[in-house]
Amino acid sequence: MTPTTDDRPRRLHPLAVRLMHWTNAVAVAMLIFSGWKIYDDYPILGWLRFDDAITLGGHPETALQWHFFAMWIVTANGLAYVAHGFASGRFRRRFLPIRLDDVVATLRDTARLKLSHDDLTRYNGVQKLLYVGVVVVLALQIATGLAIWKPIQFSEVAWIFGSFQSARILHFAGMVAICGFVVVHVALALLVPRTLAAMLTGGPLETSAPAAAAETARPSR
Amino acid sequence: MTIRRLGSIFRRPMPVGRAVMDDNRKLIEDIDRRGLLRGSLSLGSLVMLTGCDAGHEGSVQTALRAVSKFNDAVQAALFRPNHLAPTYPVDRVAKPPRFNAYYPRDEVRPVAAATWKLELAGRVGDRTPWTVDRIWSEPHEEIVVKHICVEGWDYVGQWAGMPMRRFLERIGADTRARYVAFRCADDYTGSIDMATALHPQTLLATHYAGRPLEDPFGFPLRLRTATKLGYKNPKWITAIEVTNEKPGGYWEDRGFNWFGGI
Repeated sequence: MTPTTDDRPRRLHPLAVRLMHWTNAVAVAMLIFSGWKIYDDYPILGWLRFDDAITLGGHPETALQWHFFAMWIVTANGLAYVAHGFASGRFRRRFLPIRLDDVVATLRDTARLKLSHDDLTRYNGVQKLLYVGVVVVLALQIATGLAIWKPIQFSEVAWIFGSFQSARILHFAGMVAICGFVVVHVALALLVPRTLAAMLTGGPLETSAPAAAAETARPSR
Repeated sequence: MTIRRLGSIFRRPMPVGRAVMDDNRKLIEDIDRRGLLRGSLSLGSLVMLTGCDAGHEGSVQTALRAVSKFNDAVQAALFRPNHLAPTYPVDRVAKPPRFNAYYPRDEVRPVAAATWKLELAGRVGDRTPWTVDRIWSEPHEEIVVKHICVEGWDYVGQWAGMPMRRFLERIGADTRARYVAFRCADDYTGSIDMATALHPQTLLATHYAGRPLEDPFGFPLRLRTATKLGYKNPKWITAIEVTNEKPGGYWEDRGFNWFGGI
């Protein structure tokens, strides 16, 4: 990926990223809540049912309609996000490199309640790992979803995930992972409200060139 | 569909004020028919009610149905006419098959072989009804394929019967017509697209695991198409129509996706 030649200072979250973030948030919520209703018709875990009050659709047929509506939004939006991330250099600037010692240092600082958020434009190791991770999980959700939706027409995709039932279990596990991400993500956004504001307004300008930022991005030790 | 769902299907709608009923009678009847008012409060109904009027509620449902229709077209485009569903060794066959209908098993009304007739209608050359003897005398083919229910369960079944394609040719059906519709002894209805009807793994099944179908599983005639969800496989079939006008179906009319392909 070639670096972008535009040297003007950028906002932390350009408008395109903000739009795609909130579109994704709404569509993923639709998928999760309708997915719970669909799950209830044939639960994977005997002890786990989702009450109608926390599901979307009210009935399996309506939940399925929501699910197969929101899947288009998440897929189209996700493709646009990934294309933008590579083309703009954002993925490289924000998410790379992911270093193990950085992740460990962030976790240690978090445990000591010493995590610094002075510069929102520099992600710590855990942030990088989680943001890349959730994008990968969402991509896998689309793949396992395809294997469940079209196990015959896309039998090649379904074969990768084993049987129809194993694709269902993986799709469920992906949902659990996304819910886990959402809990951590929303909790931290609420703890540091500037990050939430930044995803609405665009946030601060980047402070320095990407290369320099990467050198100093690690938390103070 | 399992028995558990029956409770919600026939549950009474929530009470609505008389004046509101009168003002919006047609709309409410429409919504009620589609089952939007049944059941308990949910995120879905919350979302639909944010507009604070029934019109908004209807428009969300209309939009979802439009997307479902779009998904029908996508699935028709994705359909691979000669791509075969995976088949399985006979030792994986479930015996007996799993029962499913829109009512519980003890309400199955067996069909008498002696009086059963298969009526034919629509764009077919020879509308002479078929008897059990006639359909049994035709060469059978057998498929060992998965039955996948929209609910999420599946099992391997061993089905035999007359390929739908050969049946349509035998009755002089217009195979360029768009749909094949089914009516059943238990008042179930269903329909499939012609491309699926002509697929090599679409059978008018009369046998399961080497024996004639048993009463709870659709005797004497049921559809078994390997490329569609369970609810697209009507049982106890009594009439087949070839048509260009899109037919609905029992579950499809209640909001399940019409194409129902897998």
